[in-house]
Amino acid sequence: MNRIVAKRVVTTFHSFKVVRRGLSNDAVIGANSPSTNDQVNTAYKEKLDLTNDPYDIAVVGGGMVGMAFACALSSMPLTKQLNVAIIDSNPALGKQDNIKKDDLPDPRVSTVTPAAISFFKDIGAWQYVLQHRHAYFDKMQVWDYTGLGYTRYTASDVETDILGCVVENKVLQSSLLSCLQKNTEFQKTVYPSRLTSMTVGLPTQPNSATSGIAKLDLSDGNSLFAKLVVGADGGKSRVRELAGIKTTGWNYSQNAVICTVKHAVENHCAWQRFLPAGPIALLPIGDNFSNIVWTMSPKEASDCKAMSEDDFLKAVNHALDYGYGPHPQSNSDGYSGDHSWEVPPNVIELASERMVFPLSLKHAKDYVANRVVLIGDAAHTVHPLAGQGVNLGFGDASALSKIIADGVAVGADLGELSLLKKYEAERKPANLMMAAILDGFQKAYSVDFGPVNILRAAAFQVAHYVSPLRRNIISYATGRQKWPLLF
Amino acid sequence: MASLKLARFLLNSNRKFPNQFSCFTKTSCNLQRRLFSDVTQQSSINLSSSPPTSPPPFHDSTTTSGGAGFGRRTPISSSLNESELLKFSSIAETWWDSQGPFKPLHVMNPTRLAFIRSTLCRHFRKDPCSARPFEGLKIVDVGCGGGILSEPLARMGATVTGVDAVEKNITIARLHAESDPVTSAIEYCCTTAEKLVEEQRKFDAVISLEVIEHVANPAEFCKSLGSLTVPNGATLISTINRSMRSYAAAIVGAEYILRWLPKGTHQWSSFLTPEELVLILNRASISVQEMAGFVYNPLTGRWALSDDIGVNFIAFGTKNSQ
Repeated sequence: MNRIVAKRVVTTFHSFKVVRRGLSNDAVIGANSPSTNDQVNTAYKEKLDLTNDPYDIAVVGGGMVGMAFACALSSMPLTKQLNVAIIDSNPALGKQDNIKKDDLPDPRVSTVTPAAISFFKDIGAWQYVLQHRHAYFDKMQVWDYTGLGYTRYTASDVETDILGCVVENKVLQSSLLSCLQKNTEFQKTVYPSRLTSMTVGLPTQPNSATSGIAKLDLSDGNSLFAKLVVGADGGKSRVRELAGIKTTGWNYSQNAVICTVKHAVENHCAWQRFLPAGPIALLPIGDNFSNIVWTMSPKEASDCKAMSEDDFLKAVNHALDYGYGPHPQSNSDGYSGDHSWEVPPNVIELASERMVFPLSLKHAKDYVANRVVLIGDAAHTVHPLAGQGVNLGFGDASALSKIIADGVAVGADLGELSLLKKYEAERKPANLMMAAILDGFQKAYSVDFGPVNILRAAAFQVAHYVSPLRRNIISYATGRQKWPLLF
Repeated sequence: MASLKLARFLLNSNRKFPNQFSCFTKTSCNLQRRLFSDVTQQSSINLSSSPPTSPPPFHDSTTTSGGAGFGRRTPISSSLNESELLKFSSIAETWWDSQGPFKPLHVMNPTRLAFIRSTLCRHFRKDPCSARPFEGLKIVDVGCGGGILSEPLARMGATVTGVDAVEKNITIARLHAESDPVTSAIEYCCTTAEKLVEEQRKFDAVISLEVIEHVANPAEFCKSLGSLTVPNGATLISTINRSMRSYAAAIVGAEYILRWLPKGTHQWSSFLTPEELVLILNRASISVQEMAGFVYNPLTGRWALSDDIGVNFIAFGTKNSQ
């Protein structure tokens, strides 16, 4: 615990020492230390050497993805000896786990796919998630406002127990932090600050384009050196900006309204209905609570936020039931009751504030640059309609940590472009595919036109009744399968 | 009419065949002689036979051994080929450009290191899960070039000495290694394997990758590598097989079609077959324990280890303990 809180004094020495290393090779260490006593000098020197070597990896952004990446490094034999810095101004990073189980659920939640769950288990963080509120779900129902089609999936379709688990972001975050703190062997230093500038390659070296090290300057005046900079600093990534990596994408003229609601009964199903303005999702979060993610136009969103609690609850129940169109016919020939259409549980109470977020699609043109690599939202933001965003990020964290372990095994320079390119080759096409599919969904529902509606309904029917396709869709959405439609 | 032509053609080509054949046998004879003559050829630098090739931007690991740069033409006893030295000295600056002329080596490097890691870990009983398994091992990288093998070895914990006959390479290697405290501990010397033998240096492992095919006297070279290895120590050599496939792949493919390597990088006739390598290593009291091939997958653009030693291969041997 004490180790993780940045020792300010030490960090100051750190920058002092490393800068000197960069500029001269003379070992005049500790010029300002008491020079009379040789023993003191040696001890001082040793201390400096231990703490002041450049970091192997600097993770900018201690959010869920950045922390998952750090945890992954700490969990593997080949990478646990790496010296890692985490840069984040979020004060929660220095604190012990302080989430109480009877707090009301936070509206910021994530749907963690089975693939991401096994990643969390591998890195040793899932046990901490289980100590907090979480809700596994084994059923999923998707339908649309026209009442023409629906699809309902259960975990037994793919012979598993669960389709996913809904967890509050703060629980994921603190579980990862606990996991990292418990691992005292792992050398990590948290810098409670923000990145202001980044220089790759030292100007004092003639072949600086290919040489060595990235220098990071922080808003509190500290600077540090790292062989590899991992940008896990979200959609507005500063690392991406400083590395000059361009993005493509567009803003959806949609906002998401999120909040926590309460039911009279416990919910075990993830519900999603496509409405003319965008999908509404009702996700179980445990203890009779559910989470609402409702996509709509910015105007409607601000109305939703402003309206009274009762009106809002009415609107939610309306949207999940008869609003905008009829219930789909459930012609469950050959299927058990598990696959017939159901009405989602009624919402009886609003349990949190309503938050509004703008939605956009953004994809970095490159995931890697010299000594820089992007993971999570820094590399891609997607439409939240299938709850894939953070799971793609966990996929990135997992892939990058494995590639770094492979690199360590063969003594590679961790900032080497050829090593980082392997990560890009593994993740970029997969993430692009998911982004394109989600974008396609969004587009398919942005028109309300008879033939299109029928086409969509037909697609629903196909997705519902063609078993191999069903299994395929579930496997892809739960992250078990990297590519869609490969039988 | 046509059949007449064909017959004439066949006759003609028949006439040509013996010539070609003798040509082949001649080269292989040369090779054999070179390989098995135990008479030390004083100064096998054959400047006369291969005139300094015109502007030689070249590639692939450096020739080992030899005097300090080619500027010094004192006939020293060395297994080195001077025109090869010239090639490499002219492209030394590009060693660390992973997209430059040494790109194939950069791409191949992790695969070579994977083999080195597994064989050395097994031989020296080191923990393969450790990040620095070579801690405590003294390793020499003969023909280190810009240090693209020496640096990973140092990161894996070894005490590394990198030697190369091209002074420029050593300068580049030193400069590059400076940026990291781990690699700055590498001892780089512009010298030859023979000179190290004279200095009576010994190493736990002697590694010389993609070098022997550029060396004038492979048998002598292997002898030096053997003398540098401590009893029960390890020697690793990688090179290109002298097979029809290697001609197609390493020369026609890599130099002419894909242009990975500058034309003239390799002389097919100076390649060694695995059998020949085993034999000359045996004479240097190194018994080859394991061999593996490197195969390139054009779809993934990566190299993988395989049993197929038809083109690129690596041999791991141990020094007999007498």
